[in-house]
Amino acid sequence: MEALGMGGYGAYVWSCYGLTLIVLVLSNWQARARHKRVYRDIEVRIKALEDRQ
Amino acid sequence: MWKFFHHLTSPPHFYRLAATIIPWLAFPGLVLIAYGSYAGLFVAPEDYQQGDAYRIIYVHVPAAYVSIMAYVLMAVGGGCGLIWRLKLAHAVGAAAAPLGAAFTFLALATGSIWGRPMWGTWWEWGDPRLMSELIMLFLYFGYMALRAAIDETAKADKASAVLALVGVVNVVIVHYSVVWWNSLHQGPTLLKKGGPGMDADMLYPLLAMILGFTLVFGALLARRIRTEVLYRERRTRWVRELILAPGGGR
Repeated sequence: MEALGMGGYGAYVWSCYGLTLIVLVLSNWQARARHKRVYRDIEVRIKALEDRQ
Repeated sequence: MWKFFHHLTSPPHFYRLAATIIPWLAFPGLVLIAYGSYAGLFVAPEDYQQGDAYRIIYVHVPAAYVSIMAYVLMAVGGGCGLIWRLKLAHAVGAAAAPLGAAFTFLALATGSIWGRPMWGTWWEWGDPRLMSELIMLFLYFGYMALRAAIDETAKADKASAVLALVGVVNVVIVHYSVVWWNSLHQGPTLLKKGGPGMDADMLYPLLAMILGFTLVFGALLARRIRTEVLYRERRTRWVRELILAPGGGR
């Protein structure tokens, strides 16, 4: 528990590490979600064109 | 050499190559961040002036470093796109901007949280390092807003590349702000003459975090460039073949 308290600076130190984790996770999620969305849009358009032909 | 470079920067080749290299960047990067965080939080000795509050350095400095690196990449991408008209170069710039903004925000936020117990304030408007980093965040926002405001990709590429190149001046200011002006920030520690001014037990976790952040940024960037390439090449034959291939090419 003493180690987690960070000599009285625990709130400052842990909030920075928490924020870092959030930024890394969100950046990864956003990159994956955008790729999926772009891929799906192109897939729908190309398959619609194929069906028409 | 030129032929190899041309092959490397061809969109279909890069799209496939990036899928292969993403895990090779992400996993070592995450391992380094895990080691750096553990060693920085629990193994590195306490600072004689700042106590345990200094441990914020292990996320603040790597975030600030990546924020600058992303901007340089964005500007180099813009420059290469303007000069050599490389399709991939503009895609690099467009992909680097949101990541650069995220890491700049992280550097500013962790710096602000660190400043509260050490400087007695969340924010200091007169500090040149803080202000130049904030301007960099606005440059990222401006770059993204400019791209979003122009429908035609080629025009958006050119306009945003010019903005990125002009903003390079600010990167120099961010780096030298602590040398040129009085700042609450300390002077260069890692890149100073005579070697880093840190104890090895404090230094190694920091270097691991900087390398880890760089590798994870590289993985995220490669993923975003793939998406950019796919979108820009959506009307080409290779994308059609990729999508229609059994199993697709996500």
